Amino acid sequence: MSGSRWFPTLLTAALAAVVLFLTVPVVGVFVNVSPAELVSSLGEEGALEALRLSLETTAIALAIILALGTPAAYLLATRTFPGRSAVVTLVELPLVLPPAVAGIALLAALGPRGLLGGLVEGTGVELVFETAGVVVALTFVASPFYIRQAQAAFAAVDPTLLQASRTLGASEARTFMRIAIPTARAGLFSGTALAWGRALGEFGATLVFAGSFQGVTQTAPLAIVERFGTDFTGALALSAVLVALSATLLLSVKLLSGPQAFGHGAPG
Amino acid sequence: MSFRWRLAMPLCAGLLAGSGCGDDGDSAGSGESGSLTVSAAASLTEAFGAYAAQTAADERFSFAGSDELAAQIRQGASPDVYAAASTELPQALAREGLAEQPVVFAQNSLVLAVPKDSDIGSIGDLTEPGIDLVIGTEAVPFGSYTRTVLERLPADERKAILANVRSEESDVKAPIGKLSQGAADASFTYVSDVAAASDRIEAIELPAELAPDVAYAVAVVKGAEDPEAAREFVHGLLSGAGSRALEEAGFKPPPGG
Repeated sequence: MSGSRWFPTLLTAALAAVVLFLTVPVVGVFVNVSPAELVSSLGEEGALEALRLSLETTAIALAIILALGTPAAYLLATRTFPGRSAVVTLVELPLVLPPAVAGIALLAALGPRGLLGGLVEGTGVELVFETAGVVVALTFVASPFYIRQAQAAFAAVDPTLLQASRTLGASEARTFMRIAIPTARAGLFSGTALAWGRALGEFGATLVFAGSFQGVTQTAPLAIVERFGTDFTGALALSAVLVALSATLLLSVKLLSGPQAFGHGAPG
Repeated sequence: MSFRWRLAMPLCAGLLAGSGCGDDGDSAGSGESGSLTVSAAASLTEAFGAYAAQTAADERFSFAGSDELAAQIRQGASPDVYAAASTELPQALAREGLAEQPVVFAQNSLVLAVPKDSDIGSIGDLTEPGIDLVIGTEAVPFGSYTRTVLERLPADERKAILANVRSEESDVKAPIGKLSQGAADASFTYVSDVAAASDRIEAIELPAELAPDVAYAVAVVKGAEDPEAAREFVHGLLSGAGSRALEEAGFKPPPGG
């Protein structure tokens, strides 16, 4: 009897440890800041501006990621071609790059003295110290989160569904829009949530590549770190808002996409 | 396959996102036995590295903005030694009972730092529209010294220069990277930090009437695991290997020292 019990107990203990470890810091944010402090620190102009900038830049980055990442992921999921696994690895590389390295890499590639610096300058677009640079940094670090998830979701779509659509005379583009995307919806949603969450929390790449200036490049995470040295309560309050925002994001996507979005469903 | 991915992704996302902000922040509190934990201003990176190579103790450094390090100590991190690019920050910790009485151990000079091939020759050139200037935040010492300099300028000149500020950084080493990549045109920083990157950046001295007094103070943190070793480290900064390393890195001895 006891011999068959130890494994489930071990699983439960492991889960309890994981949940505690992951939630206690978040609880700490809210315990240390009273609702009154939260409201008053949000009344501060810089805090609101940082939140607004965070929402704007992440929304633009996400639009770019969805527009380019969805077809790219579909191609990776439905075709085999030489060098495919190399391409997949390249696309996933930003996932394992430290954010500061991502920032330095962007500077070395797109900065004034970078690899493509002249090209960027030629288009008249400025990135370093500009909001556009923040969007570039966010897109760079967050897109693999979406593409990986989208690729898995498209790969899980039953190929006979797509074939049926083609046999019935639908073009490949129409099949992609009408069959593949709706069927993979749940995975696409959860990929979107992950990428958005990652972009919302981005710190290192933004600071190194775009800098930190109120209203232009100082997103909420950068504003939090700036406050850390002088105004710990303000830093906590802004952190609390970011936690609430991310949690709302995660929850709403879960509700929107149904129970199978986060891996509750059967595999395949 | 897809099932495994879905499970793995959120975990992976959390780990990666977490690694972004942590940096060396948490190393300040790890007072392992036998080693001396030193929280020090980022501008001391080279000098303290050279000093540590000559001491018998096993120092562990946490370099960051002095204000951030002080905030960590207020939040309960307990390094053995706190060395700041200002006298006020350690003084404030001493007043709050978190550190012993600080001592001034070095002086530095704030200079205008520009890339080697720059056309900027003096602080007056910073008023030119289109110059990309990077300064420190108000809280970090090199940022507050910068504001002291700007306060001493005529109002119109100050306004024109402030209009060119494109980024406020919380660590003195950050502008150096942007300058050497040509991403920024100028920054106010310490002469010792320019010396550490002298292959790509050069220093323009500030006129004497503008230059602020930049003094570094060090204190033994209350609750230090080995206060004796901490005091010995501080002592070496005042006379001995530490003061020599500081001088070689471009620092000046404390006033009257």
